[in-house]
Amino acid sequence: MKVITAELNENAPIARNTYKAVFSCDTSGITNAGQFVNVQIDGLYLRRPFSVCDYDGNSLTLIYKVVGKGTEILSRAKKGDKFDMLTGLGNGYDLQNAGDMPLLIGGGVGVPPLYNLAKRLIKQGKSVSVALGFNTEKEVFFVEEFKNLGCRVFVATVDGSAGKKGFVIDALPEKYSYFYACGPTSMLKAVYDKTITDGEFSFEERMGCGFGACMGCSCKTLFGSKRVCKDGPVFKKGEILW
Amino acid sequence: MVKDLSVNLCGITLDNPVIPASGTFGYGYEFAKFYDINMLGTFSFKGTTLSERFGNDTPRIAECALGMLNSVGLQNPGVYKVIAEELPELKKVFRKKVMANVSGFSIEEYVKVCELLDKVDEIGWLEVNISCPNVHGGGLSFGTSAISAAQVAGAVKKAVKKPVILKLSPNVSDITEIAKAVEDAGADGISLINTLVGMRIDLKTRKPVLNNITGGLSGPAVFPVALNMVYKASKAVKIPVVGMGGVSSAEDVLEMILAGATAVEVGAANLINPFACKEIIENLPAAMDKYGIKTLDEIRGKA
Repeated sequence: MKVITAELNENAPIARNTYKAVFSCDTSGITNAGQFVNVQIDGLYLRRPFSVCDYDGNSLTLIYKVVGKGTEILSRAKKGDKFDMLTGLGNGYDLQNAGDMPLLIGGGVGVPPLYNLAKRLIKQGKSVSVALGFNTEKEVFFVEEFKNLGCRVFVATVDGSAGKKGFVIDALPEKYSYFYACGPTSMLKAVYDKTITDGEFSFEERMGCGFGACMGCSCKTLFGSKRVCKDGPVFKKGEILW
Repeated sequence: MVKDLSVNLCGITLDNPVIPASGTFGYGYEFAKFYDINMLGTFSFKGTTLSERFGNDTPRIAECALGMLNSVGLQNPGVYKVIAEELPELKKVFRKKVMANVSGFSIEEYVKVCELLDKVDEIGWLEVNISCPNVHGGGLSFGTSAISAAQVAGAVKKAVKKPVILKLSPNVSDITEIAKAVEDAGADGISLINTLVGMRIDLKTRKPVLNNITGGLSGPAVFPVALNMVYKASKAVKIPVVGMGGVSSAEDVLEMILAGATAVEVGAANLINPFACKEIIENLPAAMDKYGIKTLDEIRGKA
């Protein structure tokens, strides 16, 4: 974990209610795909956690949906605004188990952390498939970005306005070696029931601190209680207790 | 000139009055990755019960204006695991006496847990929490009546050798009555305030944000309430008072000491900034200089 000050470079909508924010900052605290940052937002007491979509040596990309006060304030932030952040929080995905044909499954704002994961897996020479689920065409984002990385992309929308009509589990390819899923809990549960291989899930929870101190985001697993922020947010299929 | 920030809390000297509060600092060793926690006065570890507890279902955190609600509900691994696993881990990174925070659902449980922790060398004080607002049938129910608060204090005191500090609730009509009752029952000190009971409602779902419906309010929002209760309680008793509730800066620490606190616990601030206590300790000498304060003893209770 590192405490850093990040300067906003770019903050623009890329789909309905969905923004892409790019910051200039020290990213050395981030060590793995699937980790998150906890951002201090002016006027709010608690920091707000955001999954890392992508990063390089000095730039950090977050994609967020405006769902409440914190994200609403963030959506109005301007180039040059500075944010205090805790970076490199959480465990992130385990790339060891991916196999040759990993499948990445994302729903809505669960999609962003899969981008850096896809990048890493492609770099390792894997054949990566990505299944993305959204409510409607206006909310679809990052399909081209995943394609540009070299991933096979499958899209589903609930209203059928883009890709296959249905949920993301209706758009999964038949063959894959392992999966990584991120999205709302109802989606994760459906993925858990439908998938035929082992895999891992990234969870979301209301957090106090984001670094394991307050026990605010605890969850029950087959191996006892764990903290979503510190022991997670990624949990293996074999430890999840719904 | 280096300032002497030391204070004496129930017979044990602290290098400075700053103590991370229970529930915001785990069992300490995780914060040792961020800074050398030996710079702290001490810290109060996560509230410990006899058996392991998961606590309440999530969501158990909610945002408030200048503060937060939590309804964690005393999640902890149970006293046996704390002694066997957590404290040895802490010993690797912390050389000072730690404050043990104890909770229970019966007087017998408080006594049992305190007896077990009383035998642990690394523990300096037993902070007995009779004020957790997030559990049913325990905690707070002992702290809202002078009679049961005194019963817990008396029973624990009889069973242990280490100094016993009763952690009191602000959710009472007269804090001085409870403070005096535990002092009469033999308590060596009191700490206050625990969190204030509150709730938030999600306008989208039209339901309470917290699964437990209510939670405990902490953070800067409660500081004036806490300060007033510390002021009143410290005038009502002769035993040391540990002040807490929304303390976030060196200036807040000085206000608490002026109100009568011997030492000061810092809670929610640790969650927003993992370095909060380190920064408060580092800023304390300059804050004292700014207000012409030579020693903490000279201002204690002088407000």
